[in-house]
Amino acid sequence: MTMGIAAKTPTPPPEQAAADVRKAERTDRIVGTVQRQGALAVLVVVVLIALAAFPNFRSFDNTGTILVAAAPPMLIALGMTFVILTGGIDLSVGSLYVLGGVLAAWASQYGFVAAFAAPLLVCGAIGVANGLLIAYTRMAPFIVTLAALLGARGLMRAISSEGSETFLVKSDAFRRLGNGSFLDIGYQVWLVVALVVLGMVLLARTRFGHAVYAVGGSADAAALMGIAVHRTKVWVYVMSGLLAGLAGAINAAKLGSGVTVLGTGMELDAIAAVVIGGTLLTGGAGTIAGTIAGVLLLGVIQNLINQVGNVNSNWQQVISGTFLALVVVAQTYLVKLRRVS
Amino acid sequence: MLEVIDVSKTFPGVRALDHVSFTLNQGEVHALVGENGAGKSTLIKVLTGVYQPDDGELRYQQQKAQFGTPMDAQHAGISTIYQEVNLVPLMSVAHNLFLGREPRNRLGLLDEGRMHREAREILAGYGVTADVRRQLGTLALGEQQMVALARAVMIDAKVVIMDEPTSSLEPREVATLFGVIRDLHSRGIGIIYVSHRLDELYQICDAVTILRDGKVVHTGKLTDLERIRLVSLMLGREMSEVRREGATAFSGAATGDTGAAPVLRASGLTSRTKLHDISFEVRPGEVVGLGGLLGAGRSETIKAIGGAYPLDSGDVQVNGVDLKKPTTVRAVKAGIAVQPEDRKAEGIIAGLSVRENIALAVLPQLSRLGLVSDSKIDAIVEKYMTRLRIKASSPDQLVGDLSGGNQQKVLLARLLATGPKVLLLDEPTRGIDVGAKAEVQSLIDELAAEGLGVVLVSSDAEELIEGADRVVVLRDGVVVGVLTGAEVTTEDLMATIAAGGNA
Repeated sequence: MTMGIAAKTPTPPPEQAAADVRKAERTDRIVGTVQRQGALAVLVVVVLIALAAFPNFRSFDNTGTILVAAAPPMLIALGMTFVILTGGIDLSVGSLYVLGGVLAAWASQYGFVAAFAAPLLVCGAIGVANGLLIAYTRMAPFIVTLAALLGARGLMRAISSEGSETFLVKSDAFRRLGNGSFLDIGYQVWLVVALVVLGMVLLARTRFGHAVYAVGGSADAAALMGIAVHRTKVWVYVMSGLLAGLAGAINAAKLGSGVTVLGTGMELDAIAAVVIGGTLLTGGAGTIAGTIAGVLLLGVIQNLINQVGNVNSNWQQVISGTFLALVVVAQTYLVKLRRVS
Repeated sequence: MLEVIDVSKTFPGVRALDHVSFTLNQGEVHALVGENGAGKSTLIKVLTGVYQPDDGELRYQQQKAQFGTPMDAQHAGISTIYQEVNLVPLMSVAHNLFLGREPRNRLGLLDEGRMHREAREILAGYGVTADVRRQLGTLALGEQQMVALARAVMIDAKVVIMDEPTSSLEPREVATLFGVIRDLHSRGIGIIYVSHRLDELYQICDAVTILRDGKVVHTGKLTDLERIRLVSLMLGREMSEVRREGATAFSGAATGDTGAAPVLRASGLTSRTKLHDISFEVRPGEVVGLGGLLGAGRSETIKAIGGAYPLDSGDVQVNGVDLKKPTTVRAVKAGIAVQPEDRKAEGIIAGLSVRENIALAVLPQLSRLGLVSDSKIDAIVEKYMTRLRIKASSPDQLVGDLSGGNQQKVLLARLLATGPKVLLLDEPTRGIDVGAKAEVQSLIDELAAEGLGVVLVSSDAEELIEGADRVVVLRDGVVVGVLTGAEVTTEDLMATIAAGGNA
């Protein structure tokens, strides 16, 4: 019988370990910044190019056009950011957006308050249903909200006679919300800015916001740490439903009617904006600031293509799609880089 | 302060806990040890509210207690640190530490400044100096473990349960962890410490409870218990039950050491915290056993040779040809066949037939232009079913319907059909009945006699001693001894496993 002698494990010298830690922290900081601010940087570059190349771009009117056009998508993307951060997805928002618009126009005959209450109640209720099903029956968010997409679209067509009846906005106060402005900036832009700021505080500075990140980062760990995982999930879908309904309502106020043919694919644009803004589709990481940059970036690209004039506007989607693919590839790489360090 | 009295827990087909009693005193570090399936995890889950006991009672702080959920146990002051860190990797260190208990200012908003300051102060006590704003997932595993520990203790923990906390730690981090444990100890916090590293147990624990097959086989002060006694209590069932000579079907004839060039040579296998510079050789016709306790690195060694476990350094040579960095594809091509430990999860495909399972591995060799000849497959299946004496109603019977022993043979058949030069077997006789066990054992003997090199991992001391020509003993990922010769006994094996840290 022979016995071997155990070799002691070598430990790296402390100074090298310290250097490794510093290097890891630096990589982490840089990658984190790129993840958070990448969309903003691209937005700035695109805007600078646009300013140089298109004389019309710099006009105040044009900026206003971009912002007003971006208002409803911003609200939808705001809700979508919360949903995606929990690791979910909400496909129903495009349908809820149209449904909200039709309901608001229809209810405006009963006054200003009713024009808001109707879309918020109905879309909020659908959001509650989405959230409850996803949180408590553990059904896939994709399927649940796909069902809601179909259901909400059906509901919209049912109340608008197969989509052929366009309700006109009857409340002057409600119509003014769509067209009026304060300091030359449309009321609806102010409303959106206020809600976005509220959303940012909610996400970054409250326990609820941190619960959203934790649920998306690891639902099991969050549950073990005492986070109310189910409740958090329900709330994000309720928020998403409410914001989509509200976006529909302010769009109806702007157009003066409940247009039934809008909104197809809005949910995908919102998802694209959120992901371009640096939020991980798998949940757990991302910011509202990134989403703002994502929404504006898509809006600016649309605006530029309209300005070129003779270019088919469908190219906007080609460019947005390319962008999305690039961002997803970059994200995958960045996440890996962070893990390795 | 925490007492388990006569608790039983049964799962379909298994009595996981059989009238287990266990007492944790205040300020005590209590080791909980036992091999796989001994009931440690079940006991921990009963203590933390994951499982409800079928029978018996839990007493906590002199009162009858019942924990319906893990949260109930946590609120009562029982915190658990799991083997895999249960935090949110994408969130910052500070956010993880305070999640759900974040400090708030007068407006009800989170006070980030205070949170970061307090996180830094708390973590400094655990030797974590990393920036608390970093994503947790970017920290070293050891640091993450410390954050988890800090979080667990923060919640006014009175009892902390640690499930193999050191399995992924560097030696330096282990030292820090022990410092923290001693501190908790002096503050009167009771600790249940689960580990397979004997050195650690003797360094840090006051008392020990040994579980085997769901029963408590020993409980008492650790200092009164010799290492070798501890090991034999953990593994000992076979020892006490060996009545006749030759408890296994191995012939016992040493066929190895024919002087032939080694068919497999592993040198310097190293993988982070799990394997440290492991080297050994296997000659054609030789059975080399890998011995050691659970977590010693046996399975990792086998997987690493088969290319299924990442190595930081080390070489694997088959017939003198270097595999470079082993990958599963290269290993198979070079003639290495691995039978994984978990037959059901990593081996057979229960929903396919015997024929399909055997053919799976040889398809690439049999196909011409992507087409496979049915008759060739039939020939191979027929050959191995007879050869390995597989008892199935027909080659088309589903593997899931076969007995454990026959499933194992189907798996062996699949491995052999690839024409390997080296066979790596991880617990080939676990969970199969006595008769089948003997058959598998004699098959291993036959295969070696035909010139295959065999590496055998087994927790069954008898099987290892009688089946292998040579036993390489691992502890904590290090080769601590090599036992050769016919006179080796199970006592020698246990002595080597139990030998002190600097053996």
